[in-house]
Amino acid sequence: MSASPSTVHTPQQVAGRRAKAPHTSMFVRMLIRAAVLRRGRAASALLAMVVAAAVATAMMNLYVDVQAKLRTEFRNYGANVVVVAKESNSLPADALARVESSLGSKTLAVPFSYAVARTKDGQSVVVVGTDFNRARQLNRWWNVSHWPNASPPSSPSAKVAPTVVTGQAAPKGRQNTAHGASRGLATETMQASEGRQTAPVEALVGMRAATAVTPDRKPFELTFQGRTLQLSPAGLLQTGASEDSRIYLDQSEFQTWTGVAPSTIEIAVNGSSEEIEQGIKQLTRALPTVDVRPVRQIMEAEANVLNKTRATLYAAATLIVLTAALCVLATLIGWVFDRRRDFAIMKALGASERLVNGFFAAEAAALGAIGAVLGFGIGIGVAAWIGRVNFHAPVVPRFSVFPYVLAGSIAVALISAVLPIGLLRRVQPALILRGE
Amino acid sequence: MFPRLVYESFRRQTRRKLLAGVAITLGVAVATAMIAVATDIGDKINRELRSYGANLVVTPQEDTLDVEIGGVNLKPPSDGAFLNEADLPKIRGTFWHHNIVGFSPMLPVTVKLGRGADAKDATLVGTYFNKALRFGKDDFTTGVRITHPWWKVEGSCGDGHLGRAAQVQVAGATGAPARPAGPNDSCGWPDDTSQNVLLGERLAAKLGRKPGDSIEVSGRQLTISGILSTGATEDDQVVAPLSVAQEILGKPGAVRRVYVSALTKPEDALSRRDPKTMNPELFDRWYCSPYVQSIGYQLQEAIPHSHAEQIRQVAQNEGTVLSRIKGLMLLVTLAALFASALAVSAAMATAIFERRVEVGLMRALGAGSFAVAALFFAEALLLAIIGGVAGFGAGSLLARQIGRSIFNSQISIEPVLFPVILAIAVFVTFAGSAAAIRRAVKFDPVFALRGEA
Repeated sequence: MSASPSTVHTPQQVAGRRAKAPHTSMFVRMLIRAAVLRRGRAASALLAMVVAAAVATAMMNLYVDVQAKLRTEFRNYGANVVVVAKESNSLPADALARVESSLGSKTLAVPFSYAVARTKDGQSVVVVGTDFNRARQLNRWWNVSHWPNASPPSSPSAKVAPTVVTGQAAPKGRQNTAHGASRGLATETMQASEGRQTAPVEALVGMRAATAVTPDRKPFELTFQGRTLQLSPAGLLQTGASEDSRIYLDQSEFQTWTGVAPSTIEIAVNGSSEEIEQGIKQLTRALPTVDVRPVRQIMEAEANVLNKTRATLYAAATLIVLTAALCVLATLIGWVFDRRRDFAIMKALGASERLVNGFFAAEAAALGAIGAVLGFGIGIGVAAWIGRVNFHAPVVPRFSVFPYVLAGSIAVALISAVLPIGLLRRVQPALILRGE
Repeated sequence: MFPRLVYESFRRQTRRKLLAGVAITLGVAVATAMIAVATDIGDKINRELRSYGANLVVTPQEDTLDVEIGGVNLKPPSDGAFLNEADLPKIRGTFWHHNIVGFSPMLPVTVKLGRGADAKDATLVGTYFNKALRFGKDDFTTGVRITHPWWKVEGSCGDGHLGRAAQVQVAGATGAPARPAGPNDSCGWPDDTSQNVLLGERLAAKLGRKPGDSIEVSGRQLTISGILSTGATEDDQVVAPLSVAQEILGKPGAVRRVYVSALTKPEDALSRRDPKTMNPELFDRWYCSPYVQSIGYQLQEAIPHSHAEQIRQVAQNEGTVLSRIKGLMLLVTLAALFASALAVSAAMATAIFERRVEVGLMRALGAGSFAVAALFFAEALLLAIIGGVAGFGAGSLLARQIGRSIFNSQISIEPVLFPVILAIAVFVTFAGSAAAIRRAVKFDPVFALRGEA
C-alpha cells in the first residue's frame, strides 16, 4: 500500500506501461486492486462464503439423493408387488417374461409355485418351486445354511451336470467348502439309493419342516398324486414366517414332478411410490387375466419411514443453511464496514452515489459467485464422502442444485454489502476520513 | 477497575454486544436442536419402523407343520397345539415390557360361509382389535390396530355414513393412552367383545356384502362391521374377535400364534450367540439388552410351552435401516456444529476487529497485552454464557417443535446436554476470538489511533 517512489514507479513509466497494457476500465481495476491489496480480509470473507456455499450444496445434494439411497436399503425388505393367478389357477406360461419386459430386466421378479405333498408317514407339507438364484437376491433376510445349486432340468445326464456346476462354483472360496460338503452328502445319497433311476433332488428345507420330514438331515421321499420324489436336504432355511414349514425346490424339478406351473410372482419394483403405481398399472395392462397387488405392509411402512427421515433432514438442512448464511452475513458486514474509508474517499473524490453503490454491489456479487463455485465443488465432495461413509455408495452430484447455491450466495453477499452502505450513506465523508 | 471496564464495555456498546450475542445464541440453538434430534432419532425411527409390523412370533412348542398356501389353511382345524390366551398378559411382565409396543394373538379357523349347498369354505381369523387387558396393576390395550398399522377398514360410523378409518399411528411403547381416539378413528372396527366381524375386501367383493350386512359363519349369524383391506392374505379371509373364533373352534382360550411388535437394538456379535454357551456375566448382559433374540427368550419364559422366533424379514432389515438413518443424522449434526461454530467465530472476530482503536488507546495508556487479552476474554466468556443459556432454551424449543411436527411426539432433551452445550459455546467463542484478539493486541497503537487499519 505504501508505495515508495522508485525508478519503475515514476509517473512517465507507469503511464507508459499502462498505455501498452490491455485497456481495462477503471471500475474493473478498482475491483481487482481492492481484492489484491486487502488480501487477508478478502480471503477471510471469501472463506466464509466458500464454507457456507459448500455446506449448503452438501445438504441440498444429500437431501435430494437420500431418498434414492434409502430406497435401495428398503428394497432389502423384499417384494413390494405380487402377481397372483386368480382362483388358484396357474399364471400364463409367459407371465415372467411379460413382467420383465414391461418393467425392464433390472427389476427382480421371482416365480413361486405351490403344491401339497405327503411324507412317508402321511404328513402334509407344502412344497414350493422357485428360482433359487432370484429368490436369494430378493429375500436377503432368509437365513440359509447352504443354497442348493440351481440344478439343470432333470435329464438322464444328471450325473454329468454336477461336475459342471462344481467347476462354476469353484472360484467362490467360502461357498466351495459348504458346496463340497453338500455334494458329499448328495453322493452318499446316490450310493444309498443305488438301483433307482433318479438321483435325489437338492432341496432347501424350512426349519420346522426339517424337524418333521428329516430330523436326521438324511434324504427323504415325498409323494404328490402317486408320484414319489427323492429329495436331499441341501440346506436349511430359517425366516420366522410361513417359509419355515415349507420345502423349496428348483422350479424345473418341481414342474417335472408335479406338473404345477408358477401361481405367484413376487416383484421388487424400484423407485418412488408413483413409479411403483405406474409399474402396477403396466403390469395390469400386460397381464389382464391375473391379480396385481401392491404389498401394502412394505409400501406404507417404507413411505412412512422415508417421509419422516426426509422431513428431519429438511429441518436440519434449513437450520444449517441459515446458520451458514448468518456466518457470511456477519463476516461480510464487518468487511464492508471496515472499508468505510475507501467509501469516504470515493465520495470525496466526487464519485456518484450510483457508482459507489454499484462498486460495492459488484464486489459482493463477485465474491458471492466465486464463493459459490468453489463451495459447490467442495460441497459435492463432502456429500459424496457422507454417501460413501454412510451408505457405501457415493451421492451422485446434482448440478441442478448449482443455480440455487449461486443465486443464494450472491443474494446473501448483496444483502451484507447493502446493509452497511445504507448506514454509511448518512455519514459525511469528512467525518469518516477524520476517523470518527 | 477490571469489572468496571467490562461493565462499561457492555453498557456503551450495546449494539455490538447484541449482535455478537445474537450470533452466539443462534449458533448454540442450532447446535442444541441438532444434537437433541440426532440423539433421539434412533428411538423415533425405531418406532416408525414398527409400522412394518410385528418382528417376533410366538408359537406353541410342539406345533405341527403349517399347511397353508396363499392364506388358505389346508390343515384339519383342531390339529396341532395351542397357546393359552390367559398367559398373554404376562408379556407385560417381561424384563423389556416397555419395549413391547403391542401384540396380537391369531387363531385361524376354517369355516363355512352361507347356508346349505352354496356354502363356501373360508378362513376366519380370530384376533384382538384393540383389546383392553390388565396385568397386575397395569391396564393396557393391544391388538392388530397397533401391530398391523397397514390394515385399513372401511365401515359405517355410529351415524351410519361410510368413512374410511384413519391409519393408526404407532403410539408410545406403553400402549394406548397416548393415542387420541378420534370419532372417525374407530369407524368400522368391531368391538373385541362383540359378535361383529371384518370381511376381507376380495371376499366381500366375491360375496357382494357391504358393512352392516349380516353373514352366516358356520351356523352363526354375525354382523359385518367393516371391510378390511390389507394387501395380503387377509383380503380373502374373515377377521373376527378372538372369542368368536374360539367358540367356532370349540376351544375356549386357544391361540395359535402371537405376533409381538417390539423395539429392538440392532444385532451385533453378542446378540447372535447362543445363550446356552454364555457365562453368567455375559448372559446377564445379553439378557438385559433389547436384542430381538433376548426379547424372544423372555417371551418364551413368560408364556409356558412356547417358542418365540424373530420374523427375519422385519427384524433383520430394521437394524440396517436404523443404522443408516442414525449415521446420516450424526454426519449432518457434525455439519451443523461446524457451521454454527464458524458463525460464532466470524461474529466474534468481526466484533473484536472493530475495536482496534480502543485497543490502541489502552495500549497507549500502558496496558500490557495480557490485560487487554484478559478483558476481551472476560467479555467473550460473559457473552458465551449468556448466549449459551439463551441458545440452549431456544434450541430445546426448536427440537421440541421438530419432534412434534415430524414425529408427533416429544423429543426429550437430556439435562446432561446443558453443561456440554455451555462448554462448547464457551470454547467456540474463545477459539473464534483468539485469533482476532491476537491480531488486535499485536497491532501498532499509533496506526490504530490514526485510524490506518
